[in-house]
Amino acid sequence: MALIRLTGINRHYQMGSQLVRALDGIDVEIERNEYVAFVGSSGSGKSTFLNILGCLDRPTSGQYFLNGSHVEAMDHNELAEIRNREIGFIFQSFNLLPRANALGNVMQPLVYRRTGYRQRREMATEALRRVGLGDRMGHLPNELSGGQRQRVAIARALVTRPSIVLADEPTGNLDSHTSTEIMQLFDELHGEGQTLILVTHERDIARHCQRVIELQDGRIFRDRSMNAAEMH
Amino acid sequence: MFYLILESTRSALTSIFAHGLRSFLTTLGIVIGVASVIAVVSLTQGMSAFIDESFSSLGSNSLTIESYTPFSEAIRGARARLTPDDLELIERRGEGIASITPILPASRMTQIRYGAQSTFSQIMGTTYAYRDVAQAYVQSGRFIATSDNQTRRRVAVIGETIRDDLGLPSNPVNEYFEISGEWFKVIGLLETKGDFVGFDQDDIALIPYATMRSLIGNRYQPDIQIQLSLSDEANVEDVKRQLTALLRNAHDLGPGDGNDFTIRTPEQLLDTFDTIIGTVTLVVGGIVSISLLVGGIGIMNIMLVSVTERTREIGICKAIGAKRHHILAQFLIEAVLLSLLGGLIGLALGFGLGAAISSAIESFPPASIPFWAITLALGFSGFVGILFGILPAAKAANLDPIDALRYE
Repeated sequence: MALIRLTGINRHYQMGSQLVRALDGIDVEIERNEYVAFVGSSGSGKSTFLNILGCLDRPTSGQYFLNGSHVEAMDHNELAEIRNREIGFIFQSFNLLPRANALGNVMQPLVYRRTGYRQRREMATEALRRVGLGDRMGHLPNELSGGQRQRVAIARALVTRPSIVLADEPTGNLDSHTSTEIMQLFDELHGEGQTLILVTHERDIARHCQRVIELQDGRIFRDRSMNAAEMH
Repeated sequence: MFYLILESTRSALTSIFAHGLRSFLTTLGIVIGVASVIAVVSLTQGMSAFIDESFSSLGSNSLTIESYTPFSEAIRGARARLTPDDLELIERRGEGIASITPILPASRMTQIRYGAQSTFSQIMGTTYAYRDVAQAYVQSGRFIATSDNQTRRRVAVIGETIRDDLGLPSNPVNEYFEISGEWFKVIGLLETKGDFVGFDQDDIALIPYATMRSLIGNRYQPDIQIQLSLSDEANVEDVKRQLTALLRNAHDLGPGDGNDFTIRTPEQLLDTFDTIIGTVTLVVGGIVSISLLVGGIGIMNIMLVSVTERTREIGICKAIGAKRHHILAQFLIEAVLLSLLGGLIGLALGFGLGAAISSAIESFPPASIPFWAITLALGFSGFVGILFGILPAAKAANLDPIDALRYE
């Protein structure tokens, strides 16, 4: 049974008198521990797709099956619960809470599942150590470099032990050296059994993945598995 | 629920102290409102406690009877009076009375002269029984005696204020002074009683009742006051009823006529003061609650700004799993804490202000805050926080996560 199964996903917007078909009949299945990149130029429907995959938005029609639940029929609070339990978000611009330190940021998702303070702290510390920031836990986001911030964000995504990690242009704001480091971290996580889904427009980044899905005009244009020679 | 409140409080405190100055200015309206309420309440309550105390020292078992002319009668020129005959009647037939004394006040402030000094004061003619009824004891010399009345002696017992105004020696006994051209010998100096709600209780001169009657002249039946104290086993209401019946009968009042006299107990006077103070508190409280309202609007305004400012943060929280009620609680609790904090500061400030005022004005009773005022002030500011926090909090909670994340 696939971890994710999308069937006939449409997402249409009404813009003035015009109907915009941001997503137009997407069918895709992703298995557990897959390492998938969605690529496409801007306007291809990447962001819309990411929002639906991340349960931030609901499809106009179609079915979304995530780890045993039908997501398309859920209300706001149920979606929040799914985001908290099943999904770890990583954003291009890190999106850390500016007033909380690294530890506080990583603990935050656990607040919404009513974890006690001490256990929260323990889990967050462990997650920060995993991404190599064991010595930066008390720093505020603006005291950290871009790469470090993204590591905090990754720790925040991992701390809830989600079934999928969803990364939206995770290296978009980083220099090439740091990008490589972050991508190595992703590779390691994949090696540990994590399911990873990246959205990117950079071929170099997509090359890390086993499977690359290209979107164009709201449709899947190409879906191919990379062989070992193409990777890296 | 408790977990939610605890976590929201934690994050609310962080954000309140992150913008310390702004938070303080936001809540300033509440601070000022609560401070003025507490200052006023602490002053009036201090006053009220002081009055209660003064009355209990007067003794609650005394009655004062006075003539009473209704306004409709007064404009027709009629004038009710309480006469020495009435006094005699009560002395003879009244029950449950320990001591009774007539009081014949001079009809106006009277000039008293001692050497080159002179002053105007309230002079009252009374008897030895006044000492027990009014608890007016002498610190030196003696009080008016029965014989003083029988022989209409020209003697006076005076209060500290008069002694001071006239420049009499600290023991004024055996000095002579002049009241409306008549010479009087000072026989006693009363113990100081201090101010009583603005009246100087030591600005008083007592002379024998009979002497006063002869001074006033040949009016046969002057209008007097009667003060009496009750014996221990007597009931105030019973005595009042009996005296009312006696006097109504003596004054030939029919069943439809109103009383042409009033019988006052200290409690009644006390009730009157309490009513006045209560009204003052209420009016000032009403005015001040407008300032709390304005303070609440200030909080709402800043909370709305804060929601806009933190739109992206709200988006982040929603993306990592915050439900509506999490966001709602966070902002609502922030607003409530903000106004409660203002309430607390206002409480301290108001009490300080009350204490400062009461100690700055001499003879003003010390300020005191009753527990209900603290509860009310904090309860009200908390309520203002909820009332004006709910709109911004709902706005935050209803943000769409995608729009919020995209917000720059």
